[in-house]
Amino acid sequence: MNGYHISQKMMHWLSALFILSLFALGVWMRTLDYYSGWYQTAPELHKSFGIMLIGIMILRSYLRLKFHTPKPLNTHQAWEVKTAHVTHIAMYALIAIILVSGYLIGTADNRGIAVFDVFDVPPLFIAFENQEDVAGFIHEWAAYCLMGFIALHIAGALKHHLIDKDKTLKRML
Amino acid sequence: MKNIIKIIGASLALSLSSALFAAETYQIDTKGMHASIEFKIKHLGYSWLKGRFNDFSGTLTYDEKSPSASSVEVTINTKSVDSNHAERDKHLRDKDFLNVSKHATATFKSTKVISKGKGKADIIGTLTLNGVSKPVTIDATEIGAGSDPWGGYRRGFEGTTEIALKDFNINFNLGPASEKVLLELNIEGIRK
Repeated sequence: MNGYHISQKMMHWLSALFILSLFALGVWMRTLDYYSGWYQTAPELHKSFGIMLIGIMILRSYLRLKFHTPKPLNTHQAWEVKTAHVTHIAMYALIAIILVSGYLIGTADNRGIAVFDVFDVPPLFIAFENQEDVAGFIHEWAAYCLMGFIALHIAGALKHHLIDKDKTLKRML
Repeated sequence: MKNIIKIIGASLALSLSSALFAAETYQIDTKGMHASIEFKIKHLGYSWLKGRFNDFSGTLTYDEKSPSASSVEVTINTKSVDSNHAERDKHLRDKDFLNVSKHATATFKSTKVISKGKGKADIIGTLTLNGVSKPVTIDATEIGAGSDPWGGYRRGFEGTTEIALKDFNINFNLGPASEKVLLELNIEGIRK
């Protein structure tokens, strides 16, 4: 297998768009004034797109299992392969943690999460003391960690493209 | 022998009189939860938003002969704020409002009680909230007192007071109609 399937490329960039937008939206919505017109809408959008991202990530995982991923280029250094591998695992794990903790904030108090006012994602039977605080803490810090790994991921891609001038980034385009 | 009887008599009289005239101490019944600390604030000026603190404890002393000698002391776990909406409660615990990671408790200690008769009194004291201590006056009314069916003796009060959020360094802008919070207190004490 020499490259990514077109569906994998699309899902990669789609989730990138979702994740970066959700992060920016998440940070911004918490700075809003109570009288801002976005005070109610921004969290609703954040939650709705967040629930959509769960679907996207499930689909992405399925595509990864189905099409696998291409092998690292021969020109890649051993430490680069290792760093990239750890970064990928960390990103997947953090995304999962952020999605689950986000869901737990929204469903604390046994409430459902309204997705674009179209349908409600129901709360699960799991509920624990101070759920919204514990989940909120994890959600916030996992998001900052994810941004760190994404920065590393982007730095790696740019290094391969601009310094090594290899095909690493182009394989994803 | 006469002396002994005298001593017993005197000490009996003394303990009797102190039981009759000294202030009695009551434990606020938070175990059986016959007490509540609730707040309400206007939402946009269109309705009242109510919430409460679920975890608190306290004692009071009460002197029937001279109600002005009474006192009350309450400690509230600010983390236990509950407005029946998890995300709002999370925000209330945050730095914008109660800042509970820094100020885990709020306290009220009375400094002076001015009896107004008919079971009514102004309880003046210090409220410490969000790390700020300010004098407040609780408008209190005795509801009733008496024996309970389980061998105890109880006494209950209600009280209200109004505080400005700004006074306690809570500066999140909720709008001009929502700068003050009403505290509604219902307390039942069990005599120790």
